[in-house]
Formats: sequence, structure tokens, C-alpha cells
Amino acid sequence: MTKIIEYLFPNVMDKIPELLLCTGQTLYMMLISGIISFCIGIVFGVLLVVTRKGDILENLVFWTILDKVINFFRSVPFIILLALLIPVTRAIVGTAIGTKGAMVPLIVGTAPFFTRQMQAALAEIDRGTIEAALAMGISPVSIIFRVYFKESIPSIIRGVTITFISLVGLTAMAGAIGGGGLGDFAIRYGYQRYQTDVTIVTVVILVLIVTAIQTLGDYVIKKISH
Amino acid sequence: MIELRDVSKTFNTKHSTVRALKDVSLTIEDGEIFGIIGLSGAGKSTLIRCINLLERPDSGSVIVNGDDLMKFSPAQIREKRKDIGMIFQHFNLFRSRTIAENIAFPLQHRGYTKEQIDDRVTELLELVGLESKINGYPSQLSGGQKQRVGIARSLATNPKILLCDEATSALDPKTTLSILALLKDLNKKLNLTIVIVTHEMNIIKSICNEVAVMEAGEVIETDEVFNIFANPKHKITKDFIATTSNLNKIYDLLAENSIVTTLKPGETLAHFSYSGPSVVEALISTISAMFDIRLNIIFADLDIILDMPMGGLILIISGSKENQKKAFDYVRERGVKVEIIKSYD
Repeated sequence: MTKIIEYLFPNVMDKIPELLLCTGQTLYMMLISGIISFCIGIVFGVLLVVTRKGDILENLVFWTILDKVINFFRSVPFIILLALLIPVTRAIVGTAIGTKGAMVPLIVGTAPFFTRQMQAALAEIDRGTIEAALAMGISPVSIIFRVYFKESIPSIIRGVTITFISLVGLTAMAGAIGGGGLGDFAIRYGYQRYQTDVTIVTVVILVLIVTAIQTLGDYVIKKISH
Repeated sequence: MIELRDVSKTFNTKHSTVRALKDVSLTIEDGEIFGIIGLSGAGKSTLIRCINLLERPDSGSVIVNGDDLMKFSPAQIREKRKDIGMIFQHFNLFRSRTIAENIAFPLQHRGYTKEQIDDRVTELLELVGLESKINGYPSQLSGGQKQRVGIARSLATNPKILLCDEATSALDPKTTLSILALLKDLNKKLNLTIVIVTHEMNIIKSICNEVAVMEAGEVIETDEVFNIFANPKHKITKDFIATTSNLNKIYDLLAENSIVTTLKPGETLAHFSYSGPSVVEALISTISAMFDIRLNIIFADLDIILDMPMGGLILIISGSKENQKKAFDYVRERGVKVEIIKSYD
């Protein structure tokens, strides 16, 4: 058995510790940048929903500006964002390479996507329930927390699942600027040294991560839906 | 008391402006069940939303129990809304919350203890007859049960007024009756003022004391329900009343040249309508004997509105022209309206 694995993946076997380290880096980058961009996304998502026309804090000027800014960031390809943000990253975290250096572009690249996902999740709410809450004399801030968030939890989790999965891809791409993680690992060995088996193993691990996220998301949604 | 004075509201869309309310004035007394009826787009939903300012009128005053809400700050309006419950066509329950949590919702974060809220929820569930469903979710309930939860939730803060926006329009006829019975019961038990928006005259007939008829953003007629039924002034009101009676089938039959409406020489097709005490007299057999005429009842309809009988008959009358005329005069003197639909020439 060990022989077969050694035969099929000769270059992977001597890099097991490094592979584990890189997997850890990928998960770490995903988690931190995911959590931070979730916080940004949920705030902007909710702002986009409650300030839209006819909603509880309608403000079309604010809405239009925010909407355009998000569109701007979403239209920049991530690989360009990586290069573009190098000075900003240096200013914020002190370095533009490694796991730490990848974090800033990952957040900037993910937050607008996260915002759209959260906006879509919150916009799905039955407007009638908002009206009912208004008729009870509930304040707009309370409505955001007690109606919008509470009623949208399954949709929010669906959005989080989708965003984390897209983060897996972005994290791998951050390897291109020496961001560490599985992407970096695959580029250094699989691509630059033609060790195809390394690429294959990396892809398998990424597939496993994606599957795990999706399964977890579906499970939680099923648990909490009525 | 609810008073709307010269309330106007215009909606602007990209391509047009719609004047949803045109200087509407209305007074609703305490303890009344007040109906607002109109076709789709007549402005009745906009009007009821003006009472709790879910829809803010462009001009006019909205006076609820002496306070002009138009002069209130947003916080004051929210406070006032606790005194005005509202239920909706699609119930608008919170799907992610249990029945008990839905009913507790308006009470939370308002300084009540958990025990007080629990007690109130139990009390409200008993009031609407849903004690057994306390821990279920809205998705497990039928439409009628959902509306009961909606009613319980809207009454949680002990409002004096309940606004019902097409509250039974999504329910089947039998469930509608049970919800209407509940509303009538609440009106009596809690001396609750109820405002009902509907497009069904039957609902007005079965529970309202007063009614306002709306058309194109205006209240064209408002009176006690009985008076409206007895003396409708506008065509639209007459049309609404016609929907509650089967007497109008005669016009379909006439249009089809049905054998039922084919008259023989000397026969007259007439519509007798009556309201109030005159019904009690056995008029038909009396005039038949008195004037030697025969009366063949094609359709008959009798209703009791606020304990007053109201009805109509479609008759084919045969006998001499002279006697028929005398008979018509006789019943007219007794308060029956006679309309000759068709006579044999």
C-alpha cells in the first residue's frame, strides 16, 4: 500500500510536513480573511437593504454611492488586485508577502462579494414581516436585528458557504505573490518543477475543503430551517 | 375615536402619478366595527395604512384618540402604534419564530419580565383558541390558524383599535366565517374598535356596523350598514350589494331568454324589495287573496343585518292589469319597493 502511494506520488511523500503546513496556512488565511470580510459584508449588506427604495431607512444617495463602490471593487480581477494592493498591504501589515501579506488583498477581494451575498440573503425577506414589525411600533434598529437577521439566518448561512468556497480559490491564487498556502505549494513544486503529482494532491485537498464547507453549510441550514 | 380629515396621498412612479387618496374624511367611533369596501385600486388599503401612519399622507390630519399623529415624532408614532393592532392578508408571521415567540415579539424589550410575557402569551392563545400550538412554527399551521396567531400577536400590547387589511381574503369561506366570528367576539369582549378593509360585501354584511364605500381614492358613501343596504346611492354600492344576493340571477336568465322568464299574456315579472318590519307581514298571501292575483316566486332572498330583516323577491304575477296595479300600490304603501322588470305586451 505504502509502495503504491510512493510510486504514484513520489514527490509528495518527502514533502508531507510542508504539505500539512501549507494546508494549515490555507485554512488560516481563509478563516481570518473570511471572518473579517463577513463582518464587513454583513454591515454593508444590511446597509444596502435598509437604505434601498421603500425600505425602513431609505436613503437613495447613500445607497447609490455604496452600490457603485462595491461594483467598482467587484470588477477588478483578483490577480490585479493582488499586485495593485502591494503598497497598501505594506502600509497595513508591514509586508506584502507570506500569509500575512495575502490577508489584505483577500479581504479587499472578498468583502464586496460577501456584501452582495449578504444583500441578496437579506433582500429575500418577506416584506410583510417588516411591515408587521413597523405596525407594532418596533424601531428600525430593532427591526434589523430582530427581523432582518433573525428571519434571514438560513439565507445568510447559504451566502457564507458560497463565499467561503470562493475564498478557497482566491486563497490558492494568493500563492502567486508568494502568499503561502496550498496555492503557493502547487505553484512552486507542481508548476515550476513539473511535479504533477504535487498538483494533483493539492487539488484533492482543495476539493475536500470545499466539500467539507458545503456539507457543513447544508447541514446547519437543514438544522435551523422551519 | 379615529378621525381622518382631508387625507390625501399621491404615489409617483416613473411614468405616472396615482392619486390614491383624494381629501378623504372619515370618523370611526369607539367600539365600532367599521368596514371599508372598494374594488382593487380604490385606495382602501392606503387609507387603512394611514391610520397607523404606515403610509404617511401628503396632507390632512390623522387623529387617533385625540392625538394628531401627523404632528408626532417617529418615536412618538412608534409608541402610539402599540395602541393600534394590525393584521394582514398574508398574516406576516415570523417564520423563524415559534407561535409563542411570534406573539411575544411586540412585548419583548419593552420592560416586561419573562413571566409577564409568558402569562400574556398563554392568555392570548386562549383568547384565539390555539392553546395547543404554542411551541409549533407558523409553517405547521393552516391559514385560519395563522390568522389567529396574527390576531393574538396584534393584541399583545392591549390595543384599543385593530386594523384588518383584507384579513380574510386568503382564507376559504368557512375559515373566513370563523375568523369573522372571532373578531366580532373580540369587539364585544374587549370593546375593541375594528376597522376592516375588504372587497367582499358579505363580510361587511356579516359583522360591520358602519361602512365606507370607496372608489378611485374617494369615499363616495358612508353610513350604517343597514342604511347602505336599504338605500344604496351609488352604482358601485348597488353592485356590491348585488354580490350578496341571488336575486340578480334573474337578469342572467332574462339575457338568456330562459323559459323561466317567458311570460304568458297578462303576466308581469317584478322585483319586490323590503327592509325593516314590513317583512313580518305575510304580504304575499294577503295581496293574493285581496286582489285575486297569483304570485309565483322565482327567487327569494332574506337577510338579517344588525337584527333587521332585509329581503327581496322576484315574482311572476298573473291576474288583471287593474288588480295588479292595486296590489303594487298596496305593498308600496307598506314600505315595499316594487320594480317591474318586464311585462307581457
